Amino acid sequence: MLNQLLQLSVAGVAQGCVYALVALGFVLIYKATETVNFAQGDLMMLGAFFALTASVAMGWPYWATILFAVAAMAVVGMLLERIVLRPVLGQPAFTVVMITIGVGYVLRGAVTMIPGWGTDTYTMPTPFSEGVIKVGEVIFGVQQLAVIGMTTALCAVLYLFFRFAKLGVAMQATSQNQLAAAYMGIPVRRVNMLVWGLSAGVAAFAGILLAPVTFVHSNMGFIGLKAFPAAVVGGFGSVPGAIVGGLIIGMVEALAGFYLPEGFKDVAAYVVVLVVLLVRPSGIFGETARKKV
Amino acid sequence: MRFIFKTDYEQDIRLFKHSGQKFWYGLLMAALLAAPFALDEYVMSQVHFVLIYSIVGLGLMLLVGFTGQISLGHAAFLAVGAYTEALMQARGVPFLVSLPCAALFAAAAGFVIGLPALRLKGIYLAIATLAFNVIVEEGITRWESLTGGNSGLHLKPVELFGVRLDGDTGFYYVCLALTILSILALMNLLRSPTGRAFVAIRDSEISASCMGVNLAKYKTLSFAISAALTGIGGALYAHKVTFISPEQFTLLQSIELVTIVILGGVGSLHGAALGAGFVIVLPQLIAVAKDYLPGSVAGSGLQAIVFGLVLISFIVFEPLGLYGRWLKVRTWFELFPFYRKGMFRRQKSYMKSERLR
Repeated sequence: MLNQLLQLSVAGVAQGCVYALVALGFVLIYKATETVNFAQGDLMMLGAFFALTASVAMGWPYWATILFAVAAMAVVGMLLERIVLRPVLGQPAFTVVMITIGVGYVLRGAVTMIPGWGTDTYTMPTPFSEGVIKVGEVIFGVQQLAVIGMTTALCAVLYLFFRFAKLGVAMQATSQNQLAAAYMGIPVRRVNMLVWGLSAGVAAFAGILLAPVTFVHSNMGFIGLKAFPAAVVGGFGSVPGAIVGGLIIGMVEALAGFYLPEGFKDVAAYVVVLVVLLVRPSGIFGETARKKV
Repeated sequence: MRFIFKTDYEQDIRLFKHSGQKFWYGLLMAALLAAPFALDEYVMSQVHFVLIYSIVGLGLMLLVGFTGQISLGHAAFLAVGAYTEALMQARGVPFLVSLPCAALFAAAAGFVIGLPALRLKGIYLAIATLAFNVIVEEGITRWESLTGGNSGLHLKPVELFGVRLDGDTGFYYVCLALTILSILALMNLLRSPTGRAFVAIRDSEISASCMGVNLAKYKTLSFAISAALTGIGGALYAHKVTFISPEQFTLLQSIELVTIVILGGVGSLHGAALGAGFVIVLPQLIAVAKDYLPGSVAGSGLQAIVFGLVLISFIVFEPLGLYGRWLKVRTWFELFPFYRKGMFRRQKSYMKSERLR
């Protein structure tokens, strides 16, 4: 009984890590530009396709495919910000949301047109085989442990980046108060562009981690819709909140899939988000100050 | 340019402001009435969908365009309307009873989702409605004893006053009448105190509540009315496609409904109809264009790309939508040669921050 619970938890946490990374992408962009990026899942899908090309068509080693996909997506993210998002800066939030939905459509359509990608489903080879590790009675998948480990590593890198790197501190400053940041000599627009790049890079990383679970296909980006609840549960605009939210959603899904009747697994994330919104409208880690006139 | 010389207070509340409007809307009306005799069957069925989507678009326009609330869950209300109609018809309830019931059930659902809207703003509301949509869709799939699950439900043609509207023509007039009724109802609603309260909430919640608008009451009311119209649209949609299943009411459907409002032009009733027409015509145009394109481009992804690009370019280049573009063209001709570039620019455009610090 307890073993089973432990096993489910590891599976849930592994899935939650992917949600957390996509949610992290949402939050980074939201904090910096107050834009909710509905195309985040599709960016993740594109990143997975880049990694697929690097590893299958070009035969690169795993670490190189990760670097390649993250770098390529960072460029894509920055281009998106420059070309599509900057012209609509300052428009109502909902308009900007619609534009990111449009970007999602375009990405999804474009992927099906590129030769070698198309509408088929692909498997991506990983060095983590389908092996298992037995600890007493409990069986862990190597794949799941690898996902958890890599997510932890990325979070550590991001933490160090935001804490110590000049650019990371500049990003924090920009997301807290754009005007003050501009007065301090931070090029706010360029930083915002870099935030989009960073966020798209994180999405690519999430895509690579997800690839062995759902395989690579043009509609894998819809998992981004499950990362929304993750971001909202944690409080949109809180980076640790995104991680915690992702883990909560992953755990709830894994447990609901096992203990509750069929069908609850798919809606569990959304039920949780509705409950959290009713109890704490701004999420667990969200700021709850009053708006001043 | 036409100047209206007002000599009577009655003039302010007339539906048609001047004879030109009477003429053009009369012409449109005549064209719509004559359409079944002039157009072939396929085109007529597309016109059906334009009318049905117009009703839904009007409902969503009231919520998004006039009350300023976001909904990514309107496909759920569409589903409630469609399934209510299908189930009631299967139990022998006449159309004149089942249609109001479809609206009523959808309104009840709208009321329920309107409750959290009192506390939620912006993106949180969008997520809450999105979650609602997913839950409703999954609920329909799983409640097989009532809804038939994934195998769906079939509908028979509408029966009105004992006459079976078998062909498309009879049903077309039902759709047309309901569309016109919805437009008239919304026009009247929007110039009543209730409608003014909606617009006040859209422009500023704080000012609205300071002016004595009961936010809780009017927000839920807006959700309920919007959902009721969407429910009517759903009932008609169910009759039109004669077969409904959960995958017709997904999140993607919700997004498509929102694009009707965005493409048509947020904040105008004309926009709902124009947007509905555009969303229906676009796939047809793409299907025609596919014949002239090379095979690799004309795949299944083409529609998604075109749809996305249209959405993006509209928001970047014409945020006022189709109706805004029409207004600009008309003003250009009316004022010729005095049209200036910035005439439709909003007076104040600044970054509205939802953030607190």
